[in-house]
Amino acid sequence: MAVKCGNNTIMLERPVHIINAACIVGQKEKEGPLGQYFDRFEEDDFNMDTWEQAEARFVEETYRKLLSETSGINEAGVDCIFGGDLLNQCMASAIGVKKSGRPYLGLFGACSTMTESMLVGSLTVDGGGAKNVVCITSSHFCSAEKQFRFPLELGSQRVPSSQWTVTGSGAVLLSSEGEGPRITCVTPGVICDYNVTDTNNMGAGMAPAAASTIMTHLADTGRSPDYYDMVVTGDLGSIGHALCKDILKLHDVNVTDGLYKDCGMLIFKPEQETCSGGSGCGCCASVFSAYLYRLLKEKKINKLLLVATGALMSPVSAKQGEPILGVAHAVAIEN
Amino acid sequence: MWPTLWLLRIEVFYFMDILMDYICAFVTGGVLCVIAQILIDKTKLTPARILVLYVVSGVVLTAVGLYEHVVKFGGTGATVPLTGFGYSLCKGVFKAVDEYGFRGIFTGGLENVATGIVMAIVFALIASFVTKPKSKSR
Amino acid sequence: MESDNLTKLDDKKYEWMQKKRNQKSSLLKNCVMAFLFGGGFCVIAQGYKHFITSGIGVKFLGELDEAAVSAHVALFMVFLGALLTALNVYDDIGKHAGAGSVVPITGFANSVVSPAMEFRSEGHILGVGAQMFVVAGPVIVYGTFASVIVGLIYYLVSRG
Repeated sequence: MAVKCGNNTIMLERPVHIINAACIVGQKEKEGPLGQYFDRFEEDDFNMDTWEQAEARFVEETYRKLLSETSGINEAGVDCIFGGDLLNQCMASAIGVKKSGRPYLGLFGACSTMTESMLVGSLTVDGGGAKNVVCITSSHFCSAEKQFRFPLELGSQRVPSSQWTVTGSGAVLLSSEGEGPRITCVTPGVICDYNVTDTNNMGAGMAPAAASTIMTHLADTGRSPDYYDMVVTGDLGSIGHALCKDILKLHDVNVTDGLYKDCGMLIFKPEQETCSGGSGCGCCASVFSAYLYRLLKEKKINKLLLVATGALMSPVSAKQGEPILGVAHAVAIEN
Repeated sequence: MWPTLWLLRIEVFYFMDILMDYICAFVTGGVLCVIAQILIDKTKLTPARILVLYVVSGVVLTAVGLYEHVVKFGGTGATVPLTGFGYSLCKGVFKAVDEYGFRGIFTGGLENVATGIVMAIVFALIASFVTKPKSKSR
Repeated sequence: MESDNLTKLDDKKYEWMQKKRNQKSSLLKNCVMAFLFGGGFCVIAQGYKHFITSGIGVKFLGELDEAAVSAHVALFMVFLGALLTALNVYDDIGKHAGAGSVVPITGFANSVVSPAMEFRSEGHILGVGAQMFVVAGPVIVYGTFASVIVGLIYYLVSRG
């Protein structure tokens, strides 16, 4: 059984392996620097009538891809699915997994949902309540623009601090048996409010949360940043990444650029006009599933701290002038 | 010889007049857009708020008699930006009040801008049937 | 009470840090683009005005008074903006033009047509019909209201 360690961190005692990972991304993501790692990409509309259906299809196909590529497991072998997305009431995940016939628990942590689902999933496996669980999240540029910003055809200018929602879905299969990197400990994050109200600057809204969770994790476990081969945040983008480093430095935690990366910066090239970088539940999910997981598998890195970050806001809260609340959950993955 | 040159001079003047109309329209329209751009970039005003600001200031500036001068100088450069929308609203309401009295307060403004709004509604409805928004992945 | 472990960070300090890291788009470049595109739209309008008040245009529409001319120009510009939106072009212009594509009345047309296209997926009544003025609504609401106030004052003054 898992044991609490320090303030917020939970150490897992039984092995929880990430036995496989899969993702499907959109065209623009395929054209990015990680293009070679994305083995399947689709048109943004995925042959569906609406963007929401397209996003759901990304989820459905990713789930199928994950199961078909994992030997020794069939549909019935999945004990539970943890998933979420950015649409109202997690619509895409629900539609996407409805055909699976497996229990589904919807989670919402905005863009932090990937590590949130891995965190909850690994605790469930560790507690013995499940043997195999699937953690799946998605986001879609068009459906996110429609819900959070403006209609696609509206001629509006993006500001440099804004981010580009990743179109894609990523999923991992956690199991108590089998091969693969292990989730060893997890740190759920507290909500950080530093009165950021600019919805075009999500990175700044989430950076304190990322720094807070990283610091809590390090303090609770007594580790230094160098313990890890890589510390990766979810979708802070270039501005949020710089701010997160500033905040860590302010509290005497020094991380180098080589050690500390951000999925939002990894997934797009500057020439792709994504301003500050990628964002969305699909950002961390696809970068982890396609790229970081492979690095772990190939033993190019052995210890990874994955910290997906989320901006807990809605169109209503933004219009009412509520600040953007940041949250970040950390998952330590080791070979 | 002389009459021909005289005619040519009229032609040139006429041409210069038209060219000046275009230049004035270009400069006036451009300046109105630059002011909005500075407001967007330098203040926390969102584009939607700036549009409201533009229309309302168009109405007010016309009411106090200032915008008429801008229109005289800029032509379409003053009527095409949204301040011109406010100009039409205000001119309409003045005219209707002169003609119909009290009732005109309520009919004049929208009546004068109805062509544009109705065109937008009709076109939007047709567009929603025949076209789809395009993905921006490229 | 501190809600998190960032003991050395507070709202004020963080605001300062954000200012230091903020990336500003080039104001000069934005202004030049806004000027060129905004002016460009007005020149197109001037061209149409020229067309309907001279030569062939008069044959079609007849002699028009000043109010009719400006109504025709507005009609044409709204049509142009709506057409460019329906052809999926206007947002590409907007990306570069900034305010230059927002302020001209073509931008008004764009802000009516683009939600109509976008919310087609929610049906024609609650999608297209209800959402059409989600962006342009405030302009009409406050413009109309301002015109009524001005009209009321004008009415009272001209009476008194």
